[in-house]
Amino acid sequence: MSWPFSFARFLAVLTKEFIQMRRDKVTFVMMIGVPIMQLLIFGYAINSDPRNLPTLVEMADEGPVSRAILASMDTSTYFDFEGVVTSPEEGERALRDGTASFVVVIPDGFERDVVRGLRPQILLAADASDPAAAGGAVAALSGIVDTVLSQTMSGALAYTAPAPPPFGVVVHKFYNPEGKTSVNIVPGLLAVILSLTMVMITAVAIVREREKGTMETLIATPVRPFEVMTGKIMPYVLVGYVQTGVFLVVSRILFGVPFVGSPFAFFVGFNLYIVVNLALGFLISTVAKSQMQAMQVSFFTLLPTILLSGFMFPFAAMPNWAQTIGSVIPATHFLRLIRKVMLKGADLIDIAGDLTAITLIMLVIVGVALKRYRQTLD
Amino acid sequence: MTEEFAISVKGLTKVFGDRTVVDHFDMEVPKGAIYGFLGPNGSGKTTTIRMMCGLLTPDGGTGQCLGLDILSEQEAIKENVGYMTQKFSLYEDLTIRENLDFIARMYRVPSRRERVKQALIDLGLSDRANQLAGTLSGGWKQRLALAACMIHDPSLLLLDEPTAGVDPKARRDFWDEIRRLSAKGVTVLVSTHYMDEAVQCDFIAYIAYGKKLIAGPARDIPKMIGLHTWQVTGPDIGDLEMALRSEPDVGQVARFGQVLHVSGTDEKALEAVANRYRAKQSHKWMLKEAELEEAFIYLMAGATDNFLGAAK
Ligand SMILES: Nc1ncnc2c1ncn2[C@@H]1O[C@H](COP(=O)(O)OP(=O)(O)OP(=O)(O)O)[C@@H](O)[C@H]1O
Ligand SMILES: [Mg+2]
Repeated sequence: MSWPFSFARFLAVLTKEFIQMRRDKVTFVMMIGVPIMQLLIFGYAINSDPRNLPTLVEMADEGPVSRAILASMDTSTYFDFEGVVTSPEEGERALRDGTASFVVVIPDGFERDVVRGLRPQILLAADASDPAAAGGAVAALSGIVDTVLSQTMSGALAYTAPAPPPFGVVVHKFYNPEGKTSVNIVPGLLAVILSLTMVMITAVAIVREREKGTMETLIATPVRPFEVMTGKIMPYVLVGYVQTGVFLVVSRILFGVPFVGSPFAFFVGFNLYIVVNLALGFLISTVAKSQMQAMQVSFFTLLPTILLSGFMFPFAAMPNWAQTIGSVIPATHFLRLIRKVMLKGADLIDIAGDLTAITLIMLVIVGVALKRYRQTLD
Repeated sequence: MTEEFAISVKGLTKVFGDRTVVDHFDMEVPKGAIYGFLGPNGSGKTTTIRMMCGLLTPDGGTGQCLGLDILSEQEAIKENVGYMTQKFSLYEDLTIRENLDFIARMYRVPSRRERVKQALIDLGLSDRANQLAGTLSGGWKQRLALAACMIHDPSLLLLDEPTAGVDPKARRDFWDEIRRLSAKGVTVLVSTHYMDEAVQCDFIAYIAYGKKLIAGPARDIPKMIGLHTWQVTGPDIGDLEMALRSEPDVGQVARFGQVLHVSGTDEKALEAVANRYRAKQSHKWMLKEAELEEAFIYLMAGATDNFLGAAK
């Protein structure tokens, strides 16, 4: 004999959960604080604007203009001049073994060509294998050049000052010419943040009932498993909303990540992802015997989420076995989905495949969780 | 036939690992009765009660609760049963009112607010309604839990040591309430370790090592065991106690201050012992009616032997 879903009981569980959430300050701080911390740590560690990068100069010519350029590169604090190289090979070697991040090449006859208005070019060879490191410095360079122009050219050489500028800077990036890591990784962080907090909080919240014995009172009442499940999960969906909101603001303001796709597609995507993670947390709660165990198992699921989803390493570059594992991880599909939406302007149709994959994973998880969930103490 | 019993179980069995914790347990609780459930620690009382209200799945046996099958109709049983757990298991981080309100909502109690308010008044906790349940003293927690399990006016109450740690006045109030409910037709199954509570029950079942040893109307229990008791008073009662304990015909010696209760099942042999000691020493020996307490202490001693025998 099965009773219909009681909305009143669902509401009661929901209310209770909210009250408990409000009284549990530590968890509450964790739910909002940890995502912000993760964003800042991950975001800045990866998207930092590092200064004082080791730089070498290859000076085939020397004069007031080149000296002014080097001096103002130095004062910009992005570049730290550590020495001189005498040949292109030497500079290349330094870049390759990492002793220098940049090599500035002042070509032969540079000063003369500036005066003659031949627009000679300075070469900035950059190690872009760590694109975040190179990016800031390279971006700063154009500002430096402008400053030098307006100052140096105002004296004896003022007549060369009007446009076009008397020399150019060619930036040559090695190893990773695209270099879009920061923009790529910050959206991925939402997958990690939601996964960590949603899975862990749900698992712990349910296991706590069993550990404290309140589960016995709860299941001695006529409450149905589905009412418990939805009632306990729903408050954390809202937490997921708050986390997503914080994420959007921080990623926009601090990391300048664009959002060019369909907000509706994003909405559908992250809701689905939140639910699949909550369901996973619920599943873990049916396995774990204590809150401690629930926490450990949750952390364990975080590992493949970070390593095999394409968050850390490009998915396509992973070995086959890793791709196979990766493709049953919800984060893998969410990662693709959110990158498509935020960076590539995708709408709902473009992400239909990812949504389907997440839905399938979710159905399996919910199925197993409900089967494992016991309305008894056995 | 089944209609006159609120609980009727047969052959109830529960195995944890390789231990049979409840072993072919039978019990029939008449409607409206107060039924005491006794037994030493770890004898399987809590496990049995949990099986009756659908919290544990029995490994064997059948039965019904309020005319509903305990194996297939747990949900309907839960609607009409109030179960008070042995360990406090309401939410410590909810207030007293929130706890009562939550439980009432689980049972979809009609005019809930009124009911909760009344429960708070009955408890005498109206002015502390907003105190967190976790900050209540042990006895008050028990009383709150009791109020919570009765909030939906169940027709069967399963109370697992409801008065453990409750002061005498509150215990008396509690039993007054139980008798009042019983008079209204509510059936109460209550486990307890207190003899003064056992004697208040209409029926008693005694369980040890998962097996039911005896069950029947409370006042008949000592007679059913066939226990005869002598009450002994006099000087140097401690020495006498030691001497009597080594007598093979004496089943048990229980000391209550300066009084000894000497019991055994063999009436003649026990009388012979009494006469022997009366001749030697100046103690006063008096035949008395065996009481529940002696009966249970006797049962416990016997059960240990049974169990050891079975284990060999
Ligand atoms: N979930 C469980 N897993 C394994 N063993 C259990 C479990 N629950 C109870 N037991 C064992 O079953 C036996 C009976 O326990 P139960 O709690 O029913 O005893 P009790 O009669 O209620 O004791 P008490 O008077 O101390 O409350 C005990 O030996 C206990 O260790
Ligand atoms: Mg018990």
